[in-house]
Amino acid sequence: MIKAYLSYNNIISSLGFNSESVVKNIHNEVSGLQLIKDNKALPEPFYSALIDSEALEKAFLKLQPKTDYTRLEKMMITSLNEVLQSSKIKLNDRVGLIVSTTKGNIDALDKNNPFPKERAYLSELGKNIQEFFKFENEAIVVSNACVSGILSVAIAKRYIQQNTYDHVFIVSGDVVTEFILSGFNSFQALSQEPCKPYDKNRTGINIGEVAASILVTKSSENLAKEAVEILGESSCNDANHISGPSRTGEGLYRSIKLALDQANLTAQEIDYISAHGTATMFNDEMEAIAFNRMQLQKVPLNSLKGYFGHTLGASGLLETIVGMHSLYNNTLYVSKGFDTIGVTKPINVITKTTSRELKTFLKTASGFGGCNTAIILKKSNQTKNHV
Amino acid sequence: MSSNYNITSFCHIKNHQVSLNGTVVFSEQHVGFSEFIKAAYKHQKTNYPKFFKMDHLSKLAFLAADILLKNLKLDSEKENNIALVFSNKAASLDTDISHQKAIQHKDNYFPSPAVFVYTLPNICLGEISIKYKLYTENSFFIFERFNAEHLFSYTNSLLETNKAKSVLCGWVELEGDNYEAFLYLVSKEGHLQHNTQQITTLYNT
Repeated sequence: MIKAYLSYNNIISSLGFNSESVVKNIHNEVSGLQLIKDNKALPEPFYSALIDSEALEKAFLKLQPKTDYTRLEKMMITSLNEVLQSSKIKLNDRVGLIVSTTKGNIDALDKNNPFPKERAYLSELGKNIQEFFKFENEAIVVSNACVSGILSVAIAKRYIQQNTYDHVFIVSGDVVTEFILSGFNSFQALSQEPCKPYDKNRTGINIGEVAASILVTKSSENLAKEAVEILGESSCNDANHISGPSRTGEGLYRSIKLALDQANLTAQEIDYISAHGTATMFNDEMEAIAFNRMQLQKVPLNSLKGYFGHTLGASGLLETIVGMHSLYNNTLYVSKGFDTIGVTKPINVITKTTSRELKTFLKTASGFGGCNTAIILKKSNQTKNHV
Repeated sequence: MSSNYNITSFCHIKNHQVSLNGTVVFSEQHVGFSEFIKAAYKHQKTNYPKFFKMDHLSKLAFLAADILLKNLKLDSEKENNIALVFSNKAASLDTDISHQKAIQHKDNYFPSPAVFVYTLPNICLGEISIKYKLYTENSFFIFERFNAEHLFSYTNSLLETNKAKSVLCGWVELEGDNYEAFLYLVSKEGHLQHNTQQITTLYNT
């Protein structure tokens, strides 16, 4: 069987424009969440983690764009460029491109947006990214709600193991828009304060924005120092409800089980869980149930939503990248916003950033439509010893 | 490229017609999508009240899937490992526009969760999974146009790695009164070999 590795990576976010500086901020327990007052986006103030527009413009202009790009395209192109540069891979017909997003350039539908509404087609977004870098293959756009980011990792692995591609670049991103905020607000799902995943006093989600990119490759040569091997992946539907998670965590439970089976690992061999943890009542409870059904309740776990908010179609890839750095640094990062356990089944939420030798981790996500995805990753080779 | 699997059955919904395995089973001319799909639902005796709260994309995808799946006479007591791999160009744009209308003017502001939840293309996969108890792989892809190569290769990977016993896949596109569904089931059963040429030929019938 061909192996598939996650290698060079980048994060463009409120906490920095490369993975190392973002992870350093997480290490220092710095959150990107701030109170935003923008009544064009939402009548009342809201918490969000936004990318600095001036810094983005400056970074993007260095790439000498020849035409106009949307904010999301600027984020995605700036992010993917970093990964292409560091990987030194030449683009040919054996290199694939996956673009992962839930809503893409949805702000183009707004009458006050300078771009034509045709820009809201996700295939246009894919084409713009593909053409900027001159990828030979058409972009594969994955839009599968909040699992899009990690589903893309699973899809890239399958393409590599099918021998369709040798390397796949994934870029994922979503922006904070009135479209998204008004929708989650209509569900009464937005928190009036910084979100508190798994906490007794959690009151809902914050929406944030990032672009994250990664190289998925079959080659074990010239890997990034924090590279991991993808050992297993699975996606299972709850077959229960389109907007509420399953009461039994069925789809998530099955996803984890099948991913572990494929990885040929037991639950006891997982060192860390990078969970979804949106901080809604039902989601966090559902996850706790699924982790318990899998006997994973003692494994240290965090949600990174307290640092970035929920970054939708990018969240899964963003959190996978942070998890890779967590393994490389042999450090468990505190689950920001958590204080007192607020789910009915025991789980081991990380309350203090701690050094510990880490080899494997499980990344999970769940989303509207009843979708769930789990992937299992293992440190590929080099380790940094500061345990 | 070919595989050891077959196209077991296929369904089209386009140009005011529903057809199963190339034979027209329902037709209703001179009506918009909304009336057409309701008439098709009644004709097919679908009898699933949740259908009426779905958005247009979900109605289209659900009905095409239902026509193929009910034909399989699945045992509802047993689990059916049928994966769903759908694609289109417009994603959920039809419902996105409805939500945008509800928020465009502050003096007429009425965002609704019942609309917003359908601003994701994969919701239609959830609807089908709920009806048929499919605890299976779901993926939604966006392409400029129908992409037989991608569907073929991705479906094969799910079958060959035992992630699914069969795969329901295809194209479900909807924008206003323009609609087109082409779904097909890939499994060991049937006589039409699963390959990109075959998929393209059936798509164009």
